[in-house]
Amino acid sequence: MPVTLVKERYTGKVSEVVLGANSEQGGTRTSVITVGGDCTLPFLHFEGKIKNRAVIAMEVNDINPSWNEVTKAGFSGVLDNPAAWAQKCVNEFRADLIYLKFIGADPEGENRSLDDCVRIAKEVLAAVGVPLIICGCDDPEKDNEIIAAVAEACAGENLLLGSAEQDNYKSIVAAAMVHKHNIIARSPLDINICKQLNILINEMGLPLNRIVIDPMIGGLGFGIEYAYSIMERVRLGSLSNDKMLSMPMICTVGYEANRPKEANALTAEFPGWGELEDRVVLWEALTASALLQAGASILLMRNPAAVKLIKTHIADLIAAN
Amino acid sequence: MIIIGERINGMFKDIGDALRNKDPKPLQFWAAKQQEGGAHYLDLNSGPAIPTKERPEAYKWMVQVIQEVTDLPLALDSTNYNAIEEGLKFCKQPAMINSVPAERPKIERVFTMAMQYNSMVIGLTMDNKGIPKDAENRVAFAMELVAAADEFGLPIEDLFIDPLILPCNVAQEHAPEVLESLRQIKGLANPGPRTVLGLSNVSQKAPERHLINRTYLAMAMACGLDAAIMDATDNALIDVVATCEILLNKSIYADSYLKVFRIY
Repeated sequence: MPVTLVKERYTGKVSEVVLGANSEQGGTRTSVITVGGDCTLPFLHFEGKIKNRAVIAMEVNDINPSWNEVTKAGFSGVLDNPAAWAQKCVNEFRADLIYLKFIGADPEGENRSLDDCVRIAKEVLAAVGVPLIICGCDDPEKDNEIIAAVAEACAGENLLLGSAEQDNYKSIVAAAMVHKHNIIARSPLDINICKQLNILINEMGLPLNRIVIDPMIGGLGFGIEYAYSIMERVRLGSLSNDKMLSMPMICTVGYEANRPKEANALTAEFPGWGELEDRVVLWEALTASALLQAGASILLMRNPAAVKLIKTHIADLIAAN
Repeated sequence: MIIIGERINGMFKDIGDALRNKDPKPLQFWAAKQQEGGAHYLDLNSGPAIPTKERPEAYKWMVQVIQEVTDLPLALDSTNYNAIEEGLKFCKQPAMINSVPAERPKIERVFTMAMQYNSMVIGLTMDNKGIPKDAENRVAFAMELVAAADEFGLPIEDLFIDPLILPCNVAQEHAPEVLESLRQIKGLANPGPRTVLGLSNVSQKAPERHLINRTYLAMAMACGLDAAIMDATDNALIDVVATCEILLNKSIYADSYLKVFRIY
């Protein structure tokens, strides 16, 4: 018996955000990325257009990170050199973007100077042609200074800067407005704060198509279902034409998937869990694949093997059309 | 909910005069003001200001001068279908035909026209004998209109049923019947037709007009109302719409929800 597909008719769509700028657009990027634009729920090709494929930004830190040895092994020789690290991510692992996170700027850590951060940002820009996502160290005051300095020094590059939060968004939004960059609006797994923050940012004058939503997530086994449910509501909001929820979403997959014991405990400790080498990759890849189905447009990832799996997975999901 | 601004109506003195004098200014003023207030559609009704013979030309003129100042879609409101048709020819966006009762010759005229001009239709739950007293007969008329949509090929979501609210100061018993009709009409098809009310009718000539409009709109929205022809310049009434959408979980809450409701 033939089955008629039931199709929803949506009035809205996810807005498109452009990241990076080539020489004609006032920047120096050799590739420019557009995310968003979907007119239906993720990958329902029969129902609406999936305009731009989801992209992967690989994480690069300004200092040698405290990741486990298995994950670090993929980057041997470059972890003390952000520019070389970024190059490896792009040339070898085919990252669509670079996610440069200044964890070394933390006042309670190495407390790197603004000059250092600006220098590193410029080195990474010079080393790769892909667009950059730049975030601070999660110290609100220091982040405001870093982002303002980097935004000015890299004017024209159309960066994605992070992160604006409900109680600390004005400086970063001002920096993005003055120097024409985009921003990440981060809310703590809370749809109401997510929407309110977008309203507040927009009220300052930053256009809606310069905002990307970071809904915050939990990794696989650690609250990913909460993230899934929030993201689904954001996507349904955008499809029902709620302009204050229509932004594409970015997810900190690498950070959350690599936090739990399951992604770090040695094989000898828990032989029943299988090899750590496999577990690390699968934990990150499965977290990413679930969030793709929830509507993620930009995945921030770490492990090259997980990146490879997810790149293939995204290509398959798009090819299914 | 779809807000259809009611103000461009020849029953208002400034609009009536403007129609007689072919002065576009008052029409354009109210178009902009209603859009600013939160209207999604603008209702255009010449009223008795223009003689029947001249109405087609008047509707064409109204559509043209309004579209000079706004991109909002229009609801062409008349019992003169030749006038509506002349207006439809010049609408840049799919319009609403306001309205058709459940009477066969009129159904044939209006639904055929709706298909030809890709328009939506507001169907009234009445016939030439008048408006029913109870919900049951309103819903029966609604069913005739739903069947007509099916017959003529009009997508069911392009049919808006108006169960016809009457002034509460003279016909109080209709108010709960209309609410019950709103609930039942949605179940006539799957998906169901949409519903609309000429809201201001409920408060005609009552001193507490604004309060009655606001209260009845909230009650009707709770019964599933999809659209209202209403005063889009009454800020508190627009706030009621925004708040009902939050409380019905149709829009996601944010502290500034009132502010963004009008902008988008």
